[in-house]
Amino acid sequence: MTPNKYLWLIPMFPLAGAAINGFFGRHSSRKAITAVALTLCGASFVLALIIAAGFSSASAPYYFDLAHWLRSGDFHADFSFYLDQLSLVMMLVVTGVGFLIHIYSVGYMWEDDGYYRFMSYLNLFMFFMLTLVLAKNYLMMFIGWEGVGLASYLLIGFWFTKDSAASAGKKAFIVNRIGDFGFLIALFLLIKHFGTLDYPALFAKIQPLSPETAGVGLLTSIGILLMVGAAGKSAQIPLYVWLPDAMEGPTPVSALIHAATMVTAGVYMVARSHVIFERAPSAMTVVAIIGTLTALFAATIGIAQTDIKKVLAYSTVSQLGYMFMACGVGAFSAGIFHLMTHAFFKGLLFLAAGSVIHGIGGEQDMRKMGGLRTYMPWTFATMGIATLAIAGIPPLAGFWSKDEILARAFDENWVYWLIGLITAFITSFYMFRLMYMTFGGDYRGGSAAHDVTHQSADAHAMHDKHATDDTAHGGHGDHSHGEPHESPWVMLGPLVILALLSLFGGFVGIGDRFEHFLDPVFRAPVEPGLVASSREAASKTIEYTLMCISVTVAGFGWFLAWLLYSSKPQLPARIAERMGNLYKAVANKYYVDELYAVLFVNPLIDGSATVLWHGIDQGVIDATVNGSADAARRVSDEVRHMQSGNLRSYAGWVAAGGALVVAYMVWMGIR
Amino acid sequence: MVPLSYYLVLSGILFGCGVLGFLIKRNIITIFMSIELMLNGVNLSFVAFAAQWHALSGQIFVFFVMVVAAAEAAVGLAIIIAVYRTRETLNVDQVNLLKL
Repeated sequence: MTPNKYLWLIPMFPLAGAAINGFFGRHSSRKAITAVALTLCGASFVLALIIAAGFSSASAPYYFDLAHWLRSGDFHADFSFYLDQLSLVMMLVVTGVGFLIHIYSVGYMWEDDGYYRFMSYLNLFMFFMLTLVLAKNYLMMFIGWEGVGLASYLLIGFWFTKDSAASAGKKAFIVNRIGDFGFLIALFLLIKHFGTLDYPALFAKIQPLSPETAGVGLLTSIGILLMVGAAGKSAQIPLYVWLPDAMEGPTPVSALIHAATMVTAGVYMVARSHVIFERAPSAMTVVAIIGTLTALFAATIGIAQTDIKKVLAYSTVSQLGYMFMACGVGAFSAGIFHLMTHAFFKGLLFLAAGSVIHGIGGEQDMRKMGGLRTYMPWTFATMGIATLAIAGIPPLAGFWSKDEILARAFDENWVYWLIGLITAFITSFYMFRLMYMTFGGDYRGGSAAHDVTHQSADAHAMHDKHATDDTAHGGHGDHSHGEPHESPWVMLGPLVILALLSLFGGFVGIGDRFEHFLDPVFRAPVEPGLVASSREAASKTIEYTLMCISVTVAGFGWFLAWLLYSSKPQLPARIAERMGNLYKAVANKYYVDELYAVLFVNPLIDGSATVLWHGIDQGVIDATVNGSADAARRVSDEVRHMQSGNLRSYAGWVAAGGALVVAYMVWMGIR
Repeated sequence: MVPLSYYLVLSGILFGCGVLGFLIKRNIITIFMSIELMLNGVNLSFVAFAAQWHALSGQIFVFFVMVVAAAEAAVGLAIIIAVYRTRETLNVDQVNLLKL
């Protein structure tokens, strides 16, 4: 009996946890809630480890049909689970990082009134995310896909009494709807033309098709529509706008959902659909271009942000762009590799940022931090490791995966590589800027001035309206903060573990081992010689040269950040002044939100108000209902006079009626 | 033998008197008697037709009408007495509590 039989239990454990805490959490003690949430989440992690230990490539892909779901004619979609190398990696990342973040949340959210709600939502998220990665057909994936969107909405708007949080949640949900629309259409096309959504059956039908090199064919359309879905979920251009706002949620949520797992669902989906994309070169190009542009675009915005979480949010968007770039050039395994290492170091960055925010009483503005390395050494050390990792300094995790992507991008087209390289430079710059502003220099917060300063409007002048009151974050603004303090061990533990993973997690990629592990998924029946040979063509010298260049560039970014934010801290303001409008545009995120407001949001609201609301709803529907009621009232107003209470008038009516009937009969008789 | 039309005309006159009385009189007792008059007008046409066509059912129907009229008279008189006791009048124009 293989442990694979219990695969379906992995998503079910967190679901049980969500149900128990959701229904009974309100009246349970925090200890009980913690026990339920952690035990069930941990159980699925342990089970995932057991399954991973028993996993052998020979038996993959393994699938297991749990129950029937939809059966209609030839089409059927079942509750069935699928395990191959790809979903194994995803499953381990999700349960592992998810479990660590659950532990962290215990410390971070302990004093929040909605603690049970938070834990229940987190467990619910785990359930949907695991459904997404373990699904055997696209429809099951779609359940998870929508479910993580729901969990994300609930958690972004966790502090729903705050207006900005509630609207950020709505924004995330609505923007995701656009992407989901594309995804759904792609699924309909698949059903229409292939009659199934089961991965094995579907891919077996698509395998024999030849690539659509000329024009836009069926597979190209499907690919592009899938990419629209992925762009919504994974915050790519043009649908990335929700992710920075999503930072309104509690920090563990940002780490779990908006950095490590949910936002990577799009990458997973594209990688899972590689059979389709490989036969649609134009769709692949679209993916690569979107990814590359997003990587650069988001990174440049990240330079000018002053909110610690917003920097990380744009960094996430940018790193997701890398993953799509990898998928777009056909390096799916490199994309998944980066997905994994990114989950480690970006999850760590967010958790460390949460620890910083926690330690100084809910402040998120980096200009009010500084000097924290002496107050919170552990947070500083772990966040430093994560920064080195994301900047691509060897031998940390980010270096291996990013380098893999850049090398593969160079094989495809040096333009991708160049933009990727520039992005790497910017990434390194803004990350070290964040480090120097947060941990370097002296503490600028000042406990006495804290209450006054965090209200000041100028501190948020560069934020959009959603961010104006984000100092209320953390839910612990009520207990007064003196000195910044280090976080408790329940929060530091996950940091340390993730730091170790960020340090050593990249080694699985040495010598293409990670790639070879995923080979059966991405390579199997596609003429193996062809792809492999082109891979060999890129000689090792070029690869090492590229490696050196990217490390140099990352080092240069570090140096620049040190120069501007540590050595000569008065310089950035001067440069910003010099740049003038360009700086303002970057700081305002290129006014994309404003542009969308003018182009889409306002016309939609206006159209809804004038046409749908006043025109159709009030003019037609309400008018019909009110009109018929009005007519009935007016008619009865007249008719009621017949009921006079006068007996003889009743008799008169009866007699008149009788006479009428008789007259009618007589008239009919004569005729 | 008296022709059928005589009976029918008499029956119509009786019924018409009943209707007229019902409409114009104000005393409940008189109205009640007008109803009886209408019933009897109908009864007359029943028996006239029955005699004309030698059909027994018309005759029997008259018995039924009489029985129902007797029962109705009992209930009706009871109501009239009850009305008189509470309102001290038999004028229907003053018994109009249901008026709007």
